[in-house]
Amino acid sequence: MQMIGVAILSLTLLGLALGFLLGTAAYYLKVEGNTLAAELEKLLPGSQCGQCGFPGCTAAAQALANGQAAVTLCPPGGRVLVETLAARLGVEVNLAQVKETIPIIAEVQEDLCIGCTRCFKVCPTDAILGAAKQIHVVFREACTGCNQCIAVCPTESLQLKPVPVTLQSWYWERPAMTV
Amino acid sequence: MKLFRLQGGIHPDTCKILSAEQPIRSLPLPNWLHIPLQQHIGASAKPVVKVGDRVYKGQVIAVSQGAVSASIHASTSGEIAAIGNYPAPHPSGLPIFTITLKPDGADRWLEQEVPDEPLTLSPEAIAMRVNAAGIVGLGGAAFPSAVKLNVSRRSQVQTLIINGSECEPYLTGDDRLMRERTSAVIQGIRLLRHAVGAQDVLVGIEDNKSQAITAMQFAAMGTEVQVIPIPTLYPMGSEKQLVKVLTGKEVPANGRLADISVLVHNVGTAYAVRQAIYLGRPLVTRVVTVSGGAVAKPSNLEVPIGTLVEELFRFCGGFRETPVRLLMGGPMMGIQLPNTQIPVVKGTSGVLAFTAQEITGNRISPCIRCASCLRACPIGLQPLEMVARIRAHDLNGAIRLGLKDCIACGSCSYVCPAHIPLVHYFNYAKGELAARERIKLKQEATRKLAEERMERLARLAREREAAAAARQAAKAAKEKQANVLAEAI
Repeated sequence: MQMIGVAILSLTLLGLALGFLLGTAAYYLKVEGNTLAAELEKLLPGSQCGQCGFPGCTAAAQALANGQAAVTLCPPGGRVLVETLAARLGVEVNLAQVKETIPIIAEVQEDLCIGCTRCFKVCPTDAILGAAKQIHVVFREACTGCNQCIAVCPTESLQLKPVPVTLQSWYWERPAMTV
Repeated sequence: MKLFRLQGGIHPDTCKILSAEQPIRSLPLPNWLHIPLQQHIGASAKPVVKVGDRVYKGQVIAVSQGAVSASIHASTSGEIAAIGNYPAPHPSGLPIFTITLKPDGADRWLEQEVPDEPLTLSPEAIAMRVNAAGIVGLGGAAFPSAVKLNVSRRSQVQTLIINGSECEPYLTGDDRLMRERTSAVIQGIRLLRHAVGAQDVLVGIEDNKSQAITAMQFAAMGTEVQVIPIPTLYPMGSEKQLVKVLTGKEVPANGRLADISVLVHNVGTAYAVRQAIYLGRPLVTRVVTVSGGAVAKPSNLEVPIGTLVEELFRFCGGFRETPVRLLMGGPMMGIQLPNTQIPVVKGTSGVLAFTAQEITGNRISPCIRCASCLRACPIGLQPLEMVARIRAHDLNGAIRLGLKDCIACGSCSYVCPAHIPLVHYFNYAKGELAARERIKLKQEATRKLAEERMERLARLAREREAAAAARQAAKAAKEKQANVLAEAI
C-alpha cells in the first residue's frame, strides 16, 4: 500500500516539474509567426504597390515563403531582387533571362493637371504634393513608379517616365555582346 | 635607395617626344570662359556671384560646401555673362552647372596678402590657405587637397610622396613643370611636408624624364627632399603602385593611403600650393599638354580654367588632319570628348587628338584564356575571370574576385590580343553596383514613407472612431437629460 503511495507521489511530482519546465520553455523560446516570410518581406521594396498581384508586400512574402510565387514576382525590384531572393531561398535562376526593368517614376504634366487631389490620396509613399485646384507635383526621390496614381488621374496628366540620368547617376553602358 | 618591384604593368609607346621639348607657353585670353562648378570629387560649389557682376582674377565665384568640396575662382577679370547648364567634360556629355565669364582683357588680379616667411606658417594655416585657393589634386582625380592635408596631419603621416611619374603616354606637362619651374615645385613640396609634419619626402620620377630628374635633384640638394628615379612602367603614376615601388608598403583592400601612414601629392599640386601661399594666387590656370598625331604643333600650354578645348587646338596650329578621336586626359584613362566645345577644368592634364592610325579599330574576338591580362594587371587580379562573371550578370562573383580593387588603369585591355574591352566591363560593373546601392537606399527611404503613411491612416481612422463615439455619448447624455427634464415637468 505504501509503495503505491510513493509511486503516485513521485509520478505526480515528476509530472508537475516537467510540465513547469515545458511551460517556461514555451514562454521563453516562443517562435513568433513565420520567420522566413518576415525575412523575405524585409528584402522586398515595401512600397505596397500590388504590382505582383498580391495585396501588398506582406502577402507577397507569405506566398514566396509558401512556395506559391516565383522569385521573379516583383517588377520594381528588378534583377537585383531576383538575385537576392534566389540566394535566400536556394532557387536556381538564369539571371540573363530576367528582364531588367529601368527605374521609372511618375511625372505631372502641368498643363493637364486640374488639381483634383485624387492622386496623392492613393500614393503609398506620400510622394505627391498638392491641394484642391492647385497643380500637383511628384517628389522624384520618394516615387516608386507603382502606377497607382496613373489609374486614378482623370486627365491623364500623370505619366510614368524613366528616371532622368544625371552626371551623378550616369555610368558606362554594358559593352555590346558581340562575341 | 632600394626600390621595390611592381607586379604586372605594361610598356606602351610613350609618344612623349611629340611635346616633351616644347616649353610651357601661356595661352592668350580666350573670348569666353566656361567654368564648371564641380571640377573636383565631392559636393558641387555654390555660386556667390550674379549675372552682370564684375570680378577680378582670382576672386571667388563659387564657394565650397560640405566637408569634401573646393571653391572656384574667376580665371581672369571680367563680367559674369551667364550662370546655367553647359556640357561637362565627362564621357556622357551631360550638362553641368557652369559660370560663363566674359574677360575684359585687363587680367587684373585681386590682390591678396602673402606671408613674409611661408615656412613659418602653422600647418593648419597652410591647409586653410590651400582650401581657400581651391586647390585639388592635379594628377587627374581632382580630390580637394586641403581635405587630404587635414586627414594626413591628424593621422600623423610619416612619409610624403610626390608623384612626378607622369606615366600616361603623350602627357608632358609635369615633366616641363619640373624642368622649368624646379625651385617653385621644390618650395611647394617643402610646404606640403611642413603642412603634414612628415619625416621623409620622396619624389618619384620615371627614368624616361632624365632632365627633370637632374633638375629636381640639383634643386633639392641641401633640403629634406629626396628625388628618386623609378622605372618607366605604366601605371607607375597610380598612387598605390607608386607607394609600393618607393616604400614596399601595400595599401590593404578597401583601405586608404593613410592606413599605411603615407600621403601622395602630384608635382602639379605642389606647384599650385606654392603659387597660392608664396604669391596669394588661387588655382586659376593649369599646365595642359596638347598632343596627338592630328595636332599640327603639339605643345605644353598654361591655360586659364574654363577655356574651351577648341581654343587650345587653334593655338597649336589647328589640325594637320581631321582627328577621329578626341580625348581629355591621357590615352589610357582619359575620357573621350564628343566635340571641342568642352571647357578645360582643374583635372585636365592633357587634350589629345588622334588620327585613325593611332587608334586600334580591331574587331573583338573570343577570349582564348591566354592570361595576358593576368600578367599585366598591376593589382594581381584575374581580369578574364571577372569579365566572364560580369557577362553572366554575376556581379557578386566579380566582387569576390576583387572587382572593387580594380583601379581601371586599362593595362588588361591594352594587352588583350582578342581586343576585349575588359576595363569597359569593369567600369560598367562598378557603375551598376553604385546604381544598385542607390536603389537600395531609395527603397529603404520609400519603405519608411509607406510605413509612416499606413500608421498615419490607422491613427486617423482611430481618431475618427473616437470622435464618433464621443458624439454618440454626448447625444445619449443630452437625450437622457431631456428625458429627465420632461419627467420633471
